[in-house]
Amino acid sequence: MSPRAAWRLESLGFGTVYDYKDGKLDWLAAGFATEGTNAQKTRAGPLARKDVPTCRLDERLAGVRERVHAAGWEAAVVVNSERVVLGLLRSKELAADGERLIEEVMRPGPSTFRPYVPAADVAKTMVDRKLESSPVTTSDGRLVGLILQKDAVEAGAEHGR
Amino acid sequence: MPTEIDREELRRLVAGGAQLVEVLPAVEYAEDHLPGAISIPLSHIDAESPKRLGKNRAVIVYCWDTA
Repeated sequence: MSPRAAWRLESLGFGTVYDYKDGKLDWLAAGFATEGTNAQKTRAGPLARKDVPTCRLDERLAGVRERVHAAGWEAAVVVNSERVVLGLLRSKELAADGERLIEEVMRPGPSTFRPYVPAADVAKTMVDRKLESSPVTTSDGRLVGLILQKDAVEAGAEHGR
Repeated sequence: MPTEIDREELRRLVAGGAQLVEVLPAVEYAEDHLPGAISIPLSHIDAESPKRLGKNRAVIVYCWDTA
């Protein structure tokens, strides 16, 4: 749709016309603010806890577990140097043999949410799939934070859809 | 010929004074639009459009995605 609009504007005499080809979906997925009636709804991005511990594939579990527990967490997100999410460690994975590498024990390819998804939708999915926590990522897979089921349920009940 | 841009280029151009136009139906604009964007649905772009927009400033249009 936007290419046709751009061409039409040019035909009307506009000299410098740009087409943001990835559009509103890309903007929302990146977690940027919007204006409008939906802007007041609580969404996954702001609910995601940004202080979630992260670790790399080649770390030993024992060291990661110590760091995660010291920070008061029972989960950690496995990322690469670009902060792209590669896996997740929940309570079960954190309890594995400490000598093993993260890439051997992590839960690969975890379910993720985009930052613009309303809290009520996140809550329903997490309850239905029994997910205690899920990473929130941008459209290019980079970590925004970790959303906890209890946070999503609380926000979803408060704000509705 | 219109120039395709990405998110970062959009932010740079808007900061420099470019006009931002959402061309989706007005109801979608009302729900969510980029900060500072105005609504001119595709079907409403006509000879009157130059009155709402400055012809001498850059214009950026967008819809939902690449479709």
